[in-house]
Order: sequence, then C-alpha cells, then structure tokens
Amino acid sequence: MSIKTFDAKSDASREEDSGSSLGYFKNHLREYGMLVALVAIVLFFAIYSALTGRPTFVSASNLTNLFLQNSYVIIMAIGMLMIIITGNIDLSVGSVVGFVGAFGAVLMVLYDLPVPLAVLICLCVGAAIGAVQGYFVAYLRIPSFIVTLAGMLVFRGLTFMALGSSSSISPIPPSLRALSTGTIPDFLPAFDLANSTTLILAAVVALAFLVFGIGKRGRKAGLGNVHEPSAFFFGRMAIVALAILYMGYLMSTNRGLPNVLILMALLIAIYAFVTTRTTIGRRVYAVGGNEKAAKLSGVKTERIVFLAFVNMGVLAAVAGLVFFARVGSATAKNGTGLELDVIAACFIGGASAYGGVGKVTGAVIGAFIMGALNMGMQSAMQLSIDYQQLVKGLVLLAAVSFDVYNRNKA
Amino acid sequence: MAPILEMRGITKTFPGVKALDDVNLTVQHGEIHAICGENGAGKSTLMKVLSGVYPHGSYQGDIIFDGKVKAFRGIRDSEHAGIIIIHQELALVPLLSIAENIFLGNEISRFGVIDWDQVFARTEKLLAQVGLSESPATLIKDLGVGKQQLVEIAKALSKKVRLLILDEPTASLNERDSQALLDLLLAFKAEGMTSIMISHKLNEISRVADSITVLRDGSTVSTLDATNGVSEDRIISDMVGRQLDDRYPPRHPNIGETLFEVKDWNAYHHLNTQRRIVKDVSFNVRKGEIVGIAGLMGAGRTELAMSIFGRSYGRNVSGEAFIHGKPVDVSTITRAIDAGLAYVTEDRKQYGLLLEDDIRQNVSLANLPEIAKNGVIDTERERTVAEDYRTSLRIRSSDIFHKTLNLSGGNQQKVVLSKWLFSDPELLILDEPTRGIDVGAKFEIYSIIERLASEGKGILMISSEMPELLGMCDRIYVMNEGRFVAELARGEATQESIMRAIIRTAGRDAA
Repeated sequence: MSIKTFDAKSDASREEDSGSSLGYFKNHLREYGMLVALVAIVLFFAIYSALTGRPTFVSASNLTNLFLQNSYVIIMAIGMLMIIITGNIDLSVGSVVGFVGAFGAVLMVLYDLPVPLAVLICLCVGAAIGAVQGYFVAYLRIPSFIVTLAGMLVFRGLTFMALGSSSSISPIPPSLRALSTGTIPDFLPAFDLANSTTLILAAVVALAFLVFGIGKRGRKAGLGNVHEPSAFFFGRMAIVALAILYMGYLMSTNRGLPNVLILMALLIAIYAFVTTRTTIGRRVYAVGGNEKAAKLSGVKTERIVFLAFVNMGVLAAVAGLVFFARVGSATAKNGTGLELDVIAACFIGGASAYGGVGKVTGAVIGAFIMGALNMGMQSAMQLSIDYQQLVKGLVLLAAVSFDVYNRNKA
Repeated sequence: MAPILEMRGITKTFPGVKALDDVNLTVQHGEIHAICGENGAGKSTLMKVLSGVYPHGSYQGDIIFDGKVKAFRGIRDSEHAGIIIIHQELALVPLLSIAENIFLGNEISRFGVIDWDQVFARTEKLLAQVGLSESPATLIKDLGVGKQQLVEIAKALSKKVRLLILDEPTASLNERDSQALLDLLLAFKAEGMTSIMISHKLNEISRVADSITVLRDGSTVSTLDATNGVSEDRIISDMVGRQLDDRYPPRHPNIGETLFEVKDWNAYHHLNTQRRIVKDVSFNVRKGEIVGIAGLMGAGRTELAMSIFGRSYGRNVSGEAFIHGKPVDVSTITRAIDAGLAYVTEDRKQYGLLLEDDIRQNVSLANLPEIAKNGVIDTERERTVAEDYRTSLRIRSSDIFHKTLNLSGGNQQKVVLSKWLFSDPELLILDEPTRGIDVGAKFEIYSIIERLASEGKGILMISSEMPELLGMCDRIYVMNEGRFVAELARGEATQESIMRAIIRTAGRDAA
C-alpha cells in the first residue's frame, strides 16, 4: 500500500524534473539561488552607479580588485567549508592569518630567509596549528567552538609577540608581492590589449567547460540518468561560458589575470574534486551527516575531523601569506575579524550549521556575494562602514533563513 | 466498593499498527495490580493512554477513575487527578539536588520566588516516607540508581498520589535494592495506596501483586487473582500463547564448521565502569548457521554485539574472538570489518544510515576502497554496485539517487543490509533486523537472511520478538542480565522454554 503511493509520488516529481525548465529551476532553487543573487547584486550596483553618474561598477579594475580583495577569504572558505561539513567551526583563522603573516615577515624581512623556504615553513606552521587544535577537538572531544575561541586569542597574542617591539614589519620581498598583486605576463603582445594571454586563457577555459559539461551530460544520458531539461542545460552552459569570456576580456584590457586568481582557481578545482570524487571527501560528508553511523561503518571519524583542522591550518597559512603580501606589511591587526567573513561565506553558500551539507562552489559564491556587497556599498554607493556591517548581517540571516525554510518545506 | 480505575475497551492505533485493541483493565482500591506481557504487547502504550501522554480523543474507549469518566488532555491533567507514573527511564535532572528534583515544575513559591525552607522541610518528610536517608541538597548524580528510584517515588508522593504506576521499577536495580523497593510498595499498600506495576519478573509479581492482567499483542488475555498465589506457568503461557504460522521462509540449513567463536567475553557499562553489562559470555556460530540471541530488553544483547564489533560499546572489554579457529583482533571497527564482521544496528536511523544522502552513498560507505582507485571514487562502479543491490534486494525506489530519509522502514533496512553485504562479511550480526517494519517487508528481510545463510555466511540474530527467533534460527542462546543462561537447539526451543530460562535466572546474581 504505502509502497505504491510512494512510487507514484516520486514518479510525479521526476516528471516535473524533466518537464519544464522553470519547474527544474524551482526544485534546485537553493543551488542556483545564490548564483542568481550574486548576479542580481552586481546588476543592482551597476544600475545604481549608472543612474547616479558614478564611474561604471562593472569595470576591469573593479573585477580585478574583487578577486584580489577576496582571495584570502575564498581560500579560507574552502577549508572552513570542510570544517563546517564535519559539524565543527574554526574561529581562530583570522588570528592565524595575522600570526602566519607576522611569522613569515620575521623570517623573510628580519632573517632574510629565501622566500620559497619561508613560505614552506609558514605552511608547516599552519599545519601544526591545525594539528594542535584538531587534536583537542577530535581526540579530546572538546567542542571546536571553545578550542578555536581559545586559538583565536592565543594566536592573536602570538602575533603581537612575533612582531615584538616593532608595530609593523615591511617592506615585503617583491617575489611575494607578485603573488598577491601581480598578473600573468603577456606572452603574445598582439592585439590591442594590455594582456592577450589572459584572453586566450579565458577562451581555453570556456571551451574546456563546454566540452566537459556536454561530455558529462552525454555519459549521464547513456546511463539514462539525466534530470536536467536540455533547454536549461544549454542555457546554463552558454551563460557560464560567456561570463568566463567576458571576465577574461575585461581583465585583459586592464592588467591581465591576477596570479592569485590562478592560485584560487587551482585550489577551488582541487577541493571541489576532493569533496565530490574521493573517498576522503565522502567520509567528511559521512562524519557530518551521521557521525555514529559513519563510525559504525568503519570510518575513522576522529581522524577525519583532525585532518579537516590540519587542512584548515594550511589554508589559513596560505591566506595569511596572501594577506601579508596584499597589505604590504605585517601588523598585529592583520586578519582581525576575518573568521566571521569566512564563516558567513560558507553559510551564505549553503552549508548547513548542523553539518553534513555544503559545497566548495557554494562557499566560493558566498564569498563573492560578500565581496561584491562590500565593494558595491563602498565604491558605488559610498556607504559608511556601519551600513556595510548591517547589510552583511542581514544578508547572512536571510540566506540561512531561506535555507531552513526550504528544508522544512520539503 | 467500586474500583478506583476502570479502563474500558481501549483501542489505540498508530499509522498502520493497532497497538491496543479493546483492552480492559480494572484496578481495585488499595491493591497492587501487576501488568505482564512481552515486549511490544502494549503495556507502555496502555499506561501512556492512562496518564494522558496520548490525550483524550487520540484513542477509543473510556477511562473511569474514581467513578467518573475522565478525559485527560495531558500529563498535568492526570497528575491533577492523582495518577502518577514513574517511567523505566528515570526523569531526574542529574545536576540538580534531590529537593529541586522533587519539586521541579511544582515549586513551592510566592510570586515566583522559591521558599527554600519549606522545600527542604517537605523534602525531609518525603524522604523519610520512602526510607531514604540523604540530605535534600544531595545532587542526583551522586546517588545510585536504587536511591534515584526512591527519589522518583518521593516526587510522586509530593503530588498527592492516588494511583502510582511503576514501569519496570526494578529493571536496573540489584537484588537488594529491588527487595527494598518491593517492601516499600507493600508498606504503601498497608497505608491504603493503590499501585500498578509493570514487570517481567514473575517472582517479584507473585510476591507483591494482588491481581495480574496479562496483555498480548495489544489485547487483554486474562486477569488473574493472585492473592492466593498463581502458577508462573499460567502467566507464561498467557503471555506467549500464540501460534506460529507461515510467516517465515522455509529453512534449508546447510551448516558447516565453526566460523566464529567468542570466549569469556566481558564488558562494563560505558559510564558506570563498576557495572558489568556482559558477563562471561561464550558462544559460537557455524558457517551457514542462523543463531539467535533471545532475551528481554536490557539483557545486554546489543551491548554484547557492539562490544564485539570493534568495542563500539563499553569499557574494559575483555575476551577472545576466533574466526575459523584462529584468534582474531576485533578491537577497532575497522579491524572487525577486516576480520569479516558486519553489524546491522537495531536503530538504523541513529546508527545505520546517512539519512540526508542517497542509496548509492549509503551502500558504498563501509567499503569505499573497493570502489575507488588511489582514493578517487569510480562513480560508475559505485553506481553499478548500488544498482546491483537495489535489484537483488528489491529496494523500492525510483532510482539509487533517492534520499534514504524518504524510504520506508523495510527499504531503509535493505539499504543497511546492502551496505554490509558490499563489505563482504563472513559473519553478519543483525540487531533487531525487523524492528519497525511491516509484516510484508519482514518476510522479505527473512528471505534475505535465509539466502545469506544458505550461501554460507554465519548469522547472529538478536531479536526481542520470540516468534521471529523461533521461526528463523537453527539455535538460540538465551541471555538474561548479562549472561547466557541457556542454549536451545531448533527442536527444543519454544517460547515457554525461553521464557522459563529467563525467569528462572532473573535476579539471580546481585550485580
């Protein structure tokens, strides 16, 4: 009896799936909702700045700056997402950014260590920080909120100690500066562009995106497993490909592709792969989804949580170096409050506060939403910091409320 | 004199299940009335109807208390009338004092300010009544279970109790505390109080009860006058008297040599490390054999299984395990799985499934390396595997991408079974494999179990449903209070013989 009704119901929803693009979009609102929100925010600021006669919002320099300003948030959001998926939180990352920056500055500027060696040491320090915090959380079972709250204070304190009597350390070595503000060189000084390599890269990426996307759909179709309506699919592919091309064009007219964007793109690609396609990624989700069931299925749940923290430590160290390179000097205030931006990015991007749910791409989009809001309110609307905080807070609350509402409805 | 309580024609249905069917219960003034029945016979449901946990209107029939028909909308209503229930799981706050617990939700206060002098004075009096010599300021966590039980009773007394209901009051008490509690009940009776006691322990019942009502499958089977004693055999046969019909697939045993063996297995409670939950258990399972473990709730069966499966339960676990006669290390879950063990939990939602994930992800979880190369999952292989199990175990869903949360209980259980079959175990430990599954799906689960055994796997099956054990198992161990107290071959196992083994050994060793 119950089985029959159940089958009928699922068939109905499936028909709806492949029936209309609109119906499909409704069912996957959460997935695309934030992307749509990001586009809406950008459009709003573009129109606003056009109407008020301010310089255009969608400009090459703004786009480059959006990536540069948010790179460290995005890098850490990837790590934070994995922590949140396991059902934990890391409040210490802002302080770790400050500490690693200061530590790196001491090594590079005061002790004149070669940059690659200093970077390597910094990454190891990040891993060690993550390992210590992870040990307390995973093996001693102390709530991560408390462990990392303590870490937040400890590493801020250590930042002051690392800097010693000097309030800031500068200047940074040029090779490190290239990481944060440099762009890829122009190999083909052809065309009437500042950087034609960028345009060619963008075209290659857009093409690769189309080829892989269509290929994947073809394989799925072969297995009779396509839910996405074709109109929706091709529309989506076309929009994304065009967006990549347009962004590439914009950046090529300015200074070209920022180096840090390449680093970010690499990290995003690696972690998107790790979370969706590898056994360790699967286990991370399993731990967050149902720790007891995962444990009884032979997943070493403690080790997974531990590794998530080690990973977070390394990414926080990467972000710390990028931040240091971008700001140009190591001060005791570097990275203060950054943890909240990172956590907000994950939740806006659809991670669940209860663990088990979240996507790397979602966290990245969440970070861009925050970044676009920051930039728009600052440059396009010239709102003061108080309004910016207010709006960001409301956006976070709205995104998560929408999520919970959606889930309860289902 | 008219009875204090009469429940007439009580019928309570849950979606798809009739938990109570026309149950009648009459309790006289000043008596101790025992209610007996197997697990799932409807005892607790009946008490929940009486105490208003299931409010008036959610059941059919009448509750007549003190000569008046009552319509309780909640526990407050029934407590107001003087019906107080003490649940098997004590409802005390460990970090509050005795006095605070007794008056919790019922504080003696003026304008919201608690009058502590009066609270302590009244607590002293109540504690004297139940014979507990502790300071009212003592925290609950510092008391043993027996004393906690007394605090619960004192709490009931503080509410002007007219009818006291005790659900398995001695289940977690040792012999001495049990005796003290029963003496207290008799003392209350001498003062004219009426009580209802739910219990499995027939020796306790025959000691204190004036009358006994036996429930079976949600119906009243009999009400016996126990003032002049009643034979335990009569109670047992009333409790279990049920015919076995064709609810089980035919069994074609093809039993080989010993596959798995455990010797002198012990485990202690995970919090109270003084309490031994599993006591010197030894057993074996042969290839192709279905072995059952019978016992009442709290006998330690799940604890035994989980302590064997990678020490996922208990402290100070000790004992030896052998596979094919060779000692084997099962001290972590990973090692237990590698040794060829699988454990299908009794609570699949809490411990078995990733409810937010789909069938495919659940099936592969216990054996991810099998579908992966260098840590990268071969998604196509994963799909094929999940699809194979979906077909062979007949999991009813639109596809393998269906969230397990939205599957029926039977189909969820098949997903859990698939997960463990994919880990290719030699011994499957099945803990309450058909709990919360409707009759049709049960037969399918039984068929799967039968098939696995005939393919040469060893099956260790824990169940509280005796007919299920009798219908499926080649051999049944009976567990009671942490010990294996009997081993019965298929031919000699009956509900009576199992129940007898349990009752003969109940309360035998004070823990």
